[in-house]
Amino acid sequence: MTRQAVAAGVSALALLTGAPALAEIKIGASLAVTGPAAFLGDPEAKTLEMLVEELNANGGINGEEVELVLYDDGADPNKARTFATRLIEEDEVVAVIGGSSTGTTMAMAPLFADYEIPFISLAGAVVIIDPVQEFVFKTPHTDRMACEKIFADITSRGMTKVGLISGTGGFGASMREQCLDVAESSGVEIVADESYGGSDSDMTPQLTNIASTDGIEAIVNPGFGQGPAVVTRNYAQLGLDMPLYQSHGVASDEFIKLAGDAANGIRLPATPLLIPDQLAEDDVQRQPVQDYIAAYEEAYGEKPSTFGGYAYDAFHLLVDAIERAGSTDPVEIRDALEATEELAGVTGVYTFSPEDHMGLDLSAFRILEIEDGGWKPVEE
Amino acid sequence: MSELLQFLVSGITVGAIYAAIALGFTLIYNASGVVNFAQGEFVVIGGMTAAALIGAGVPVWIAAPLAVIAGMLVGVLLYRLAIKPAREAPLVSLIIITIGASIFLRGAMQAVFDKQIHRYDGFSGDAPLRVGGATILPQSLWIVGGSIAVFAFLAWFLNRTRAGRGIKATASNRMAAALVGINTGRAMNLSFALSAAIGALAGVLATPVTFTSYDVGVLMALKGFSATMLGGVGSPLGALAGGLLIGLIEALTAGYISSDYKDASAFIVILLVLFLRPQGLFGARITERV
Amino acid sequence: MAGQGTTTAPQESGREMQARTEPARRRVIGPGLRTFLIFAVLVGLGALIFPSSYFYRVGTLVWINTLAVTGIVVLLGYVGLVSLGHAGFFAIGAYATAILPNYGIPSPLAMLAGVALAGLLALAVGRPILKLSGYYLAIATLGLGMLIWMVLSKEAWLTGGPDGMVVSGMNARNLFKMVGLKLKSAEAWYWVAGFAAAIGAAIAVNLAGSPSGRALRAIHDSDVAARSLGVDVAKAKSRAFVISALYAAVAGALLALANGYITPETGGFMHSVEMVTMAVLGGASSVFGALVGALILTALPQVLTVFADYEHMVLGGIMVLTMIAMRRGLVPFIVDLWNRRKS
Repeated sequence: MTRQAVAAGVSALALLTGAPALAEIKIGASLAVTGPAAFLGDPEAKTLEMLVEELNANGGINGEEVELVLYDDGADPNKARTFATRLIEEDEVVAVIGGSSTGTTMAMAPLFADYEIPFISLAGAVVIIDPVQEFVFKTPHTDRMACEKIFADITSRGMTKVGLISGTGGFGASMREQCLDVAESSGVEIVADESYGGSDSDMTPQLTNIASTDGIEAIVNPGFGQGPAVVTRNYAQLGLDMPLYQSHGVASDEFIKLAGDAANGIRLPATPLLIPDQLAEDDVQRQPVQDYIAAYEEAYGEKPSTFGGYAYDAFHLLVDAIERAGSTDPVEIRDALEATEELAGVTGVYTFSPEDHMGLDLSAFRILEIEDGGWKPVEE
Repeated sequence: MSELLQFLVSGITVGAIYAAIALGFTLIYNASGVVNFAQGEFVVIGGMTAAALIGAGVPVWIAAPLAVIAGMLVGVLLYRLAIKPAREAPLVSLIIITIGASIFLRGAMQAVFDKQIHRYDGFSGDAPLRVGGATILPQSLWIVGGSIAVFAFLAWFLNRTRAGRGIKATASNRMAAALVGINTGRAMNLSFALSAAIGALAGVLATPVTFTSYDVGVLMALKGFSATMLGGVGSPLGALAGGLLIGLIEALTAGYISSDYKDASAFIVILLVLFLRPQGLFGARITERV
Repeated sequence: MAGQGTTTAPQESGREMQARTEPARRRVIGPGLRTFLIFAVLVGLGALIFPSSYFYRVGTLVWINTLAVTGIVVLLGYVGLVSLGHAGFFAIGAYATAILPNYGIPSPLAMLAGVALAGLLALAVGRPILKLSGYYLAIATLGLGMLIWMVLSKEAWLTGGPDGMVVSGMNARNLFKMVGLKLKSAEAWYWVAGFAAAIGAAIAVNLAGSPSGRALRAIHDSDVAARSLGVDVAKAKSRAFVISALYAAVAGALLALANGYITPETGGFMHSVEMVTMAVLGGASSVFGALVGALILTALPQVLTVFADYEHMVLGGIMVLTMIAMRRGLVPFIVDLWNRRKS
């Protein structure tokens, strides 16, 4: 009775004085919830909303509630920049997560240096963190690493001559560029280089050309959305037998569903999120991966995607940094973020440094093969 | 040689989809003089509805007609709510209205269905057929057959039936058509319903090959519009030929020149045709009215 | 028959505008200067009430869009020609401003080069394209816009590809620093964009009152009639096309500099549609229509963030309803209401 009274008195006092214990920490996000990159932004937004609710139910960060201010930029860089301004100026957030695509990320990035607010991007391209910008971080692997990983697997199978078939969207075009760039140092030779538009419905002409290139040994398909599924079906339709590699851009069960039986035998670099039950007991990522999948399935009744995983990691990196900083000052949060060490997420294990704002190495990327409509890690 | 055959097969499959959309454009244009930029949304409505029904366990032979009927209903609503009240509006207003309607429909589909990419199995399975060194999916035959059937139906309907001749008469002079006792209102309703049904049918047939999602309608409409203009607006034969031509140009460019510029080559051909023969390949000569 | 003739409605309100500016010309202040002053007051008013950089940012976008849409007013409102590819010219201005500084050319010169390039392209393609009318003109301009967009997204070595590129170069803040004013960069861009829109509007209004402007309006009514009055129709149309391309290119260059980052979508089909929609929504017959249309369509998505899931439906619905209820656009509609109440 008295204890309740005291508690009531304390909280009344806190209300009157506006004690920080009740203050809210505002975190901003600008994601492509609709538009051409909705399959990235939609699971990202759902993940953030779920995590914020979960965090507040467990008492928030250092006892403070977290509020998420989320805008849908539809992958339009112009809108993204306006929303970023709005998040910083109007909503007064302490940090921003977002930029589902490289274009929106790059359009927002300069603002965070001006206003000294930490920003964690969910987009893939290497330009976001190379050169390093003081306030800009990112959680996904770069497309460059994906190429290196794929090429390493190709050469380990004793093959060197590769044909590229890339989507012309941002993801495909950027990854193609990186693959061409790292080909030589990875010991492969690009002998064919074709492309297709994001909504094209038939890629047999491009695949026919690749297949008839002299000495071709493997095909790599950088791209995401429906294109890779069409490529995979056309590849099966033409009865091609050289191995086909997809990118991490389609690392989801959705892809297997769209590509059907044609997907069997395809390899791609992916995060452990796809193989939760096949992770070793002592794997540090086992816990976060299983937690995330269980929570997401309970909240939305569907499996989370790799892209939602990027948002999961970004949120946990941010919460961890705020806790360690013991402050909601954006610059202190940024400093804590940069000092992150060995934080196990669902995408990989993050260790940031002043020179590295992505903090992942190739080890977190695993080559998986699709077998009987499911994912199997390839022994390295 | 087998390469060329494969390119042709690819071009005809894709071209048949464009042609079906262009035939929908043509029908509405014939009746109302409106080029309906929301035509691509009917394709999506057809595909998404069929995918949702089939996903829920409805057999394809029930789901497909239901999807076409859904498209048809939306077509009539579009006419009644958006086009009819603005019938005398200038061309640019009509362009904006149909583009506005397409944005509205896209939003509605995202709310009614979802933002995922969808697909269902081909009607006759997905095992490719081999024809002289090239491969073709059985569903491609459905698509090509569907487009030709729609073309034949339109040619018969517009020339041989009372309702069809009513549509043509309404198009050339609404006042005169009304004076000779043609129910012009019914002709317009009918043309929107049929045109939407054609679009939805294209979506139902194409989805096993092309996949579908709530936002692919704009690109569909752009390709269909291009095909219509290339063939000559208002001519069913032009729509069929225009669609197939664009499909073939894209496939051959991707095969022999550069896959980077296959879409560009289609637009370059359209521009050239318009410069040299402004009425399109099969269009009637435009006479300037004073 | 709807759809086959050229537009007929906007010209009436165009004449009204003309009529209302007539007495003003007899006064000391010409119509162009008057328009400039009205715009300048509006720019200043914005600055008075804006509480934060965010509002300046949205305001900047409104003025840049107004400038681009003023070009559409010249083409569509004055002459009655529909272009669904003007975002292509917008993007040429933007990309030239982004690319050329990487080759050692200073930003202001790069801007000029971009605008000149857009103008030259419009001049080159204008003649054959403008022989077409109605939907044929729409598809031809659409095709042109698509071609420009494709080059921008495919030639990654030059343009950064679909992910876009950083625009390095001048910041408007430095312009104001030179005269001793310290502004935030969002504020600085607001003033620059507002000033550009005001000048653009004044020029467009002056054009309307000039002999060549009257020739354009004659073409709007009828090609044949204009020809019989001795107007060189092809030349006049081509001139309007070039002028409108210049407007788009200047707006594109400003956006590139203000954003510091551009992607090929600035040249995409949807952006072309957006520009035409702004013009028609506000009223394609006058520069004030351009301003109102740009204001509504730029501010609306910011207001609609609350119903993000239904944003498309609301936007599409507004486009359809306005076109049905206010065919000539908002500004002429309100002017009519006003006049009716007075009489």
